[in-house]
Amino acid sequence: MTKSEGELTWRGLEIGSIITEPGNASQYQTGGWRTQRPIHDTSRCIKCGLCAIFCPEGCIEPNAEGYFEPNLFYCKGCGICARECWTQAITMVEEEE
Amino acid sequence: MRAQRVGIEVSRAIAIAAKLANVDVVSAYPITPQTHIVEDIAELVANGELDAAYIPVESEHSAMSACLGASAVGARTFTATAGQGLELMHEVLYIASSMRLPIVMAVANRALSAPLSIWGDHSDVMAARDTGWIQIFAANGQETFDSVLCAFRIAEDQRVLLPVMVNLDGFHLTHMIEPICIPEQSEVDKFLPPYQYPLPLDPDKPITMGAFAPPYIYTETKKAQQVNLTAAKEVILQCWREFGDLFGRYYSPVEGYHCEKAKVLLLVMGSFSETAMSAIDTLRGEGKEVGLIKLRLWRPFPFDEIRRAVRDAEVLIVLDRALSFGGPGGPVCSEIRSALYNEDKKPKVIGFVGGLGGRDISPGGFKEIINRGIEISQTGSEQEFEMFGVRE
Amino acid sequence: MEKYAVFVPKLVTKRENFAPGHRACLGCGEALAVRLACKALGQNVIIVSATGCMEVVSTPLPYTSWRVAWIHTLFENTGAVASGIEAGLKVMMRKGECPAKEVNVVVMAGDGGTSDIGLQALSGALERGHDFLYICLDNEAYMNTGIQRSSATPFGASTTTAPAGKMSIGQVTWKKNMPAITAAHDIPYVATACPSYPFDLMAKVARGAAVHGPAYVHILSVCPTGWRSAPDLTIRIGRLAVETGMFPLYEVEDGKYKLSIDLPWLRPVQDYLKLQGRFRHLSEETIKKIQNRVNKEYAKLKEKVA
Repeated sequence: MTKSEGELTWRGLEIGSIITEPGNASQYQTGGWRTQRPIHDTSRCIKCGLCAIFCPEGCIEPNAEGYFEPNLFYCKGCGICARECWTQAITMVEEEE
Repeated sequence: MRAQRVGIEVSRAIAIAAKLANVDVVSAYPITPQTHIVEDIAELVANGELDAAYIPVESEHSAMSACLGASAVGARTFTATAGQGLELMHEVLYIASSMRLPIVMAVANRALSAPLSIWGDHSDVMAARDTGWIQIFAANGQETFDSVLCAFRIAEDQRVLLPVMVNLDGFHLTHMIEPICIPEQSEVDKFLPPYQYPLPLDPDKPITMGAFAPPYIYTETKKAQQVNLTAAKEVILQCWREFGDLFGRYYSPVEGYHCEKAKVLLLVMGSFSETAMSAIDTLRGEGKEVGLIKLRLWRPFPFDEIRRAVRDAEVLIVLDRALSFGGPGGPVCSEIRSALYNEDKKPKVIGFVGGLGGRDISPGGFKEIINRGIEISQTGSEQEFEMFGVRE
Repeated sequence: MEKYAVFVPKLVTKRENFAPGHRACLGCGEALAVRLACKALGQNVIIVSATGCMEVVSTPLPYTSWRVAWIHTLFENTGAVASGIEAGLKVMMRKGECPAKEVNVVVMAGDGGTSDIGLQALSGALERGHDFLYICLDNEAYMNTGIQRSSATPFGASTTTAPAGKMSIGQVTWKKNMPAITAAHDIPYVATACPSYPFDLMAKVARGAAVHGPAYVHILSVCPTGWRSAPDLTIRIGRLAVETGMFPLYEVEDGKYKLSIDLPWLRPVQDYLKLQGRFRHLSEETIKKIQNRVNKEYAKLKEKVA
């Protein structure tokens, strides 16, 4: 787990402040940003994967049955997947919290 | 190549040093008076005498930038510039040091425009004081050649990993033919191990270089940099010791000439050291107790050595080859004064600025400076410093 | 005979070398472009990034979104840094100082870092013929610093340093034609791409990386924040940019022009402009001017293809 802001010391830095943990930004929860969330209607989903291609976050993945699901830890609620889905299997709804 | 002592243009000697060091990438843009260095290297590469990539970039900014890239993948990197070129690459200098990339650069110190001057003084490098580079000043051809070889060794040391600037006076050194001992390749190989960057850019071991730093961390990155540059001094001293053991020429951050029992000291950087030595000889012959201090290591600043060297003198005259307009005069004088401020025992420090834009100072001129300096130390002066040799 | 449907998206690698958790805006077309480019480039790559949106959203110390080797130094020198990396690797492999292998050197820079401040370094790198791919992520302004104009900002767009007002329509110059400038350097491969056509984009990036010598791919990156458009319309707006002829998709292979889509007719530019707040102030007259220009430029492009 990468250290949080208040814990970082100068001695703990790599030379030249190089970051040696590839992709450690995936610890950051961008899902907290959203005001609306995508709801997937699996009855309309044809498992084409286009939503996964068009997601700027790259957070839509096929589940065990092959239906594509957003990872709500990252989903910012931009709505591109809902807009582009061929069968309109995705709708955006307001986040309650 | 057999070890030999040859009369050779200093620029060419630098090219040969780069060749003996087996550099991998040279990325440079021509500018007087550095041109002979890069031309000679290009010739060595074209003739197959040096196996390196010579990147003829389209500006000095790109020259240093290409060096960043090459160094980051683990290539031994060298470049050279002067005057305006050093200014053009100014922002990239900070990157090289803060990203800890051991690039070696020869700077043919040249005056800054305007007005345009291709001739030598230290104004270009004085503007680079804060850049975080290790900076060494050479006083003659042999020193220049040796400093370039040492520069690779110092820069690439795993405890340092910082870029190194070797400063030599434009024209007064670059274009002079001097007797220089050139060692054999096998001797250099013994001195200079192959370059191994600890975290190079490598697709198999992905790293991120050059992330940005919000306020919560920037200070820490600068602290790390400061600690690292200061600690480099130990490595520099060790390197110079080992160089001396191998090649018989020993270097130190501060060198004294006739300083024993000297009441008056003159401090100079660069090729003026040699001219000043003549003046000191003359004055000593006249019975004056004067000595010369040659400042070789500029960054990291050798506080201990300077304080020790000047402690017993009454007057210290500093001759700067650059001028900080509207400030206390010469940069070297200002820093020396600052280094001595808290010392209980210290000489009066008198500042002169001279030798700007290639204006030579003869041994007679140095004699004048010393005498005038002694005068000022007794009578005082309304000016912060004096410019030597100005036609009023 | 078994019937099975294979959708092309599922053939694309699932590995995200531009990891989620980056701080790009909602609906960022540029983030999508980078993500897709990374899928085409694979692991065997060193990415040289300019200062800009993508650099900032992906690497706030101590975090990085990059799962590939990545370096950022300054704004305007990516061409030069890439040159140094490419030459350094070549020499080291030749001298046996590192294992010989194929490494793709890829630059990712914005429109500002390419057509303005970075033009010199790019031109130098192209002229020297280094083997690298230069990807320009064009969101048509200096978006990261707050939507200031660049030479890639289209005519009539309102930006903060060329805003629309009583005395101005916003950008008063036409978009600098970067693909043409790079093609004039006689490099083996130049292409334009848009994330709304993801497979075309990925193919072009892969092609650019594979080509020996310099390659340039110019990717239109829809920016909802700067273009004042709805975040969910990013893909649609990109599609309209292509369909109206405002951003035609084509390749230039060894000087030969090839259209990626030969549109039978162009949609009116109004369809594209009306979805973006940055064009909201345009009069009918200005829109007509833009339409005429697009028609002319598209005709010129078709002539080059013929």
